[in-house]
Amino acid sequence: MSILASLHRWYALIIKELIQMRRDRMTFSMMLSVPLMQLALFGFAVNSDPKNLPAAVIDADRGPFGRAFTSALEVSGYFDIVARDSNEREAGALMASGAVQFVITIPEGFSRDVMRGDRPALLVEADATDPAATSNALGNLGLLAATALDRDLSGPLASLRQGPPPFELVVHKRYNEEGNTQFNVVPGLIGVVLSSTMVVMTAMAMTRERERGTLENILVTPIRPFEMMMGKISPYILIGLVQTVIILLASAFLFDVPFQGNLALLFACCMLFICANLAIGFIFSTIARTQLQAMQMASTFLLPSILLSGFMFPFRGMPGWAQALGEALPLTHFLRIVRGIILKGSTLADVAFDVGMLVAILLAIGFLSLRLYRRTLD
Amino acid sequence: MTAAIRVRDLSKRFGARLAVDALSLDVPRGRIMGFLGPNGSGKTTTLRMLCGLLTPDGGGGSCLGYDLRTQAARIKRHIGYMTQKFSLYEDLTIQENLEFIARVHGLGGVRMLVSETLARLGLQDRRRQLAGQLSGGWKQRLALAACTLHRPQVLLLDEPTAGVDPAARRDFWDEIHALAAEGMTVLVSTHYMDEAERCHVLAYIAYGKLLAAGSAQEIIDRAGLTLYSVHAADPADGGALGALAAQLRGCPGVDVIAPFGNALHVGGVDARALDGALSPVFDDARFRWAASSASLEDAFIHLMARARAAGTAAGAPS
Ligand SMILES: Nc1ncnc2c1ncn2[C@@H]1O[C@H](COP(=O)(O)OP(=O)(O)OP(=O)(O)O)[C@@H](O)[C@H]1O
Ligand SMILES: [Mg+2]
Repeated sequence: MSILASLHRWYALIIKELIQMRRDRMTFSMMLSVPLMQLALFGFAVNSDPKNLPAAVIDADRGPFGRAFTSALEVSGYFDIVARDSNEREAGALMASGAVQFVITIPEGFSRDVMRGDRPALLVEADATDPAATSNALGNLGLLAATALDRDLSGPLASLRQGPPPFELVVHKRYNEEGNTQFNVVPGLIGVVLSSTMVVMTAMAMTRERERGTLENILVTPIRPFEMMMGKISPYILIGLVQTVIILLASAFLFDVPFQGNLALLFACCMLFICANLAIGFIFSTIARTQLQAMQMASTFLLPSILLSGFMFPFRGMPGWAQALGEALPLTHFLRIVRGIILKGSTLADVAFDVGMLVAILLAIGFLSLRLYRRTLD
Repeated sequence: MTAAIRVRDLSKRFGARLAVDALSLDVPRGRIMGFLGPNGSGKTTTLRMLCGLLTPDGGGGSCLGYDLRTQAARIKRHIGYMTQKFSLYEDLTIQENLEFIARVHGLGGVRMLVSETLARLGLQDRRRQLAGQLSGGWKQRLALAACTLHRPQVLLLDEPTAGVDPAARRDFWDEIHALAAEGMTVLVSTHYMDEAERCHVLAYIAYGKLLAAGSAQEIIDRAGLTLYSVHAADPADGGALGALAAQLRGCPGVDVIAPFGNALHVGGVDARALDGALSPVFDDARFRWAASSASLEDAFIHLMARARAAGTAAGAPS
């Protein structure tokens, strides 16, 4: 009986919210276009193909194949050899200062070993602080390795052209071993887009009622805090799922993100994440007195979310305190989940910890916002 | 007769300002009580405490037998509150607003109920209009309909007829009386004297304090004013009454000076002191004096002046 009445009030609120949402054309179209905009901004910005990256070459071989490889690097357009005849110490300093992004070491006896078919190792060290910047160049290296020496492998050496590349490319990432690639970014965008729209939307929920004076009317009705929260949150879950679909379609068709995992699991996790963000927005809107305050709270929350969650910077590269802060943010856990599912095909068991954290955050925030919900105008 | 609302020593403070100061009031069941007082006297604040929108800082009481402090949720189910400022959704249509309120109260047959209400209001063909686009008078009517939809036992109306034309105001009061006849208790704040006279009982509040309560006649009688109505002998002499008012203001014994159409009302509590103060101008050929009975407005103006004087004497901020 009481539950039925409660459901009734919930239903009333949802209908009301949906009508208001539909009437507010501007906001409604924003909710659908923001994901596309952010996707374009982040996605293509990341996807842009940085070229002419400064590199230093340590050529201990001084043989023909070493030189051939170096010139192949230059021809590829990805590398700008700024120090041609460097040594370890100088190259290390250049790398540390950021003057070069790559150090390529051609070992002694490289040409001789290639000719013998020993497949010597060629070391490429990459400054992966900005993984987006180096990823394409590194991706290209593999291709280069296979073809760079083709022209020089003629005559009796022509047989070396077949099969594996004539030498082994050892890529060593410095400063950022995790080495995010663009594939890391696009799935992460699901989290960033959901976070930014969901939190902002609900952050306005109660403050709008307060500012327009309609809260006074709401507070004298039998609506309970929990019903209010559910009524405000539910319509946006729908919006969030639509956004998820938009981004997933774009990641698959625009950015060719390889899709490994279970789609149902992914959507369930998205739902959980959406709810957590809505609860956070709702808590802001119960604390804030005005819409402006609510907006400020929302952006104060979003900035660390984007910076400390592992979206912008690799999580393991951050100092301990930042990691601790990051662990408290839902986006951090969602990024691990979504990257895991999309890129590695993780199962529920694989992402159980992060799902658990999301549930915990959701429950804690939900509980807290009900405690903070003001039943009066005081 | 039992009281539907009974509060004792109700107080509310906003920062340093005491908006409601130890207010005690009984609103008899099934009656219409007018709630009067100057701007900022604490009417809205009192009504909000009665329906649980504000927590009293002191005192307490009951509404329909439920405790104001501990049973606010119960109270909310049985009262209707019409806010001073329009508080329905301006971006919802008339119909959608009513449907929302009906659903929230868990009323059965929402469609039916709403279409009946719309018919009664004469708003059927405008039911798809956004509430925000309604004129002030229609907004008020819609708000009244919305807060009575769930047939509450107690109705709190905060200046329901502000900005409403006279004919619509008359309809409004007919409706309020009809509701009271069904047994609803109504507490309605207003600034209009003619509306005050339509109420069964009145309460007058100034500076957060209840100054008088009772029927209109009781309030007039208790004010105990002796009153004269002065006309100018020459109706063309517009300045004469103004000059007289300026001359008498502040004279001991003169407690009320209020222009009243073409006349000036001059009155005082102490008849002898008043006559003493007026004796120099009684025989002035420019004026015609007539003994008059005090109106409700005279009584209120007097009450307020006395409260202000008491406040100033006590050193309280005005
Ligand atoms: N939320 C609030 N915060 C601070 N002060 C307030 C608040 N609400 C009311 N007040 C102050 O309390 C006093 C009483 O206000 P209230 O609105 O109750 O008066 P009122 O009798 O309804 O006036 P009016 O006839 O103009 O509607 C005023 O001085 C007002 O400024
Ligand atoms: Mg008021």
